[in-house]
Amino acid sequence: MTEILRIDQLSISPAHAPERTLVKQVSFALQRGKTTCIVGESGSGKSLTALSVMKLLSPQLRMQGQVFFQGQDISQLSETAMQRLRGRQMAMIFQEPMTSLNPVLTIGFQIGEPLQTHLGLKGQALKQKVAALLEQVGIDPARADSYPDELSGGQRQRVMIAMSIACEPALLIADEPTTALDVTVQAQVLRLLDDLKTRLHMAMLFITHDFGVVADIADEVIVMFRGEIVESGSVAQVLQSPQHPYTRALLACVPDAEGKKVLQPMTYDWLAPA
Amino acid sequence: MTDILLQARHLNKTYSQRTGTLGLNSHTIHALADVNLQLKRGTTLAVVGESGSGKSTLARGILRLLPLDSGEVIFDGQDFLALDKSALRTARRHIQMVFQDPFASLNPRMRIGDIIAEGLVIHRIGNAQQQHDSVVQMLEKVGLHADDARKYPHQFSGGQRQRIGIARALILQPKLLVCDEPVSALDVSVQAQILLLLKQLQQEMGLSYLFITHDLRVVRHIADDVLVMQKGKVIEQGSVETIYNAPQQKYTQQLLSAIPGHGLRAITA
Repeated sequence: MTEILRIDQLSISPAHAPERTLVKQVSFALQRGKTTCIVGESGSGKSLTALSVMKLLSPQLRMQGQVFFQGQDISQLSETAMQRLRGRQMAMIFQEPMTSLNPVLTIGFQIGEPLQTHLGLKGQALKQKVAALLEQVGIDPARADSYPDELSGGQRQRVMIAMSIACEPALLIADEPTTALDVTVQAQVLRLLDDLKTRLHMAMLFITHDFGVVADIADEVIVMFRGEIVESGSVAQVLQSPQHPYTRALLACVPDAEGKKVLQPMTYDWLAPA
Repeated sequence: MTDILLQARHLNKTYSQRTGTLGLNSHTIHALADVNLQLKRGTTLAVVGESGSGKSTLARGILRLLPLDSGEVIFDGQDFLALDKSALRTARRHIQMVFQDPFASLNPRMRIGDIIAEGLVIHRIGNAQQQHDSVVQMLEKVGLHADDARKYPHQFSGGQRQRIGIARALILQPKLLVCDEPVSALDVSVQAQILLLLKQLQQEMGLSYLFITHDLRVVRHIADDVLVMQKGKVIEQGSVETIYNAPQQKYTQQLLSAIPGHGLRAITA
């Protein structure tokens, strides 16, 4: 099966104010071996959408709609059943690697954790797999005994990536994984993620606000605005001939490295009823 | 009056960092190593570098917010580093700063009007009525409203707060505005608005900008000249066209090729 994830009419609202929808009837599907980028400004609901796939939403939020993961409706799954999926079949990388890693545990231990929990690896076999994973993300396996604070920002994000791919998940969700990184490191991490996606034949859901990053990594693009999908399609389609006025306005705001473009301030004229 | 507003020569700043077990060893880090720059009146000089390159240390050193080990800073014909306390205070009126984080750089307990007027009060410029009038004028100049003077920072979005930060910096009609990553914390749509505002104000008020950033796409759109820094050293400097079209140094080339969106160019070409 090539379809890994299908979201059907997903809506999210605060439990205490159900009339306020933060995410409104969002539907899309993810395919194996493809990267789908969700682009949007802050408050567009892109991160909430990603979190709801993992069922990691705050308990103060209510979610409606269905999420099919490898054909199974996971919207009704229990927390225990979800724990068996997370880290094993689906994994997530966050923006700030320092806050996502435990500062008092070695990186080798943290990378090994999902392998112990889900695959029951231990001893020498575990050690070897951890070393192989470190190698795969471009970190010297001898650094398995290092603590997070001994690594640079880029290396920490590589450790997060090693943890997330440890059990070879079918779906990898990355929420702005390179936003906190320097530009040269960002380029390396993007290349690494793209490589791994191909090698492990994963579906990747990549959240970003940067159209440059989208152009470099996406196969499919979803543009979100105030909780709704305003446009989606292949990367060439959306970037080359954007259909929705919001997408066009957002693209016109992005500075280019050639400086040829005349920057346009964002307008919301299209929101006004004609 | 020369056309050079700011000139810095041979700036050095070192830190010693303790390393090893219990910090028993230490080694010296050159945050700035023999940095030279000049900024022409009415233009923008962008200082580009990755984290740890010394770009913020440079800005703070020039402003004397941080003591330098050695070097010379000539601002508007004056030896800025040699000024005594009261002369420094007077001179600082002409150099203002805009910070990265619009949430951390505005006092949450002060009204916007008071935040913007503070510079006028400190430098005893005008009476209360005149100060109020300039605040209103400044608010409108940066795209806010006169009524906003009575509000508090939390009532504004990130982009609006950055406009407030700019109004606060410009109320004294400075000659130099030092911007330390002023758009890095903003959404791309808001970022474009602030960049356009800065450009417009530069023309209207004849401002000079020292613009610190790690974002090479932003630099392309705002700068006239560029200084590329790495590990405290100036790697390369020149006009924005020269740096982007014909970078001489390998590090500059690496930085430019790492800008995301090569695919975007291929697609939209």
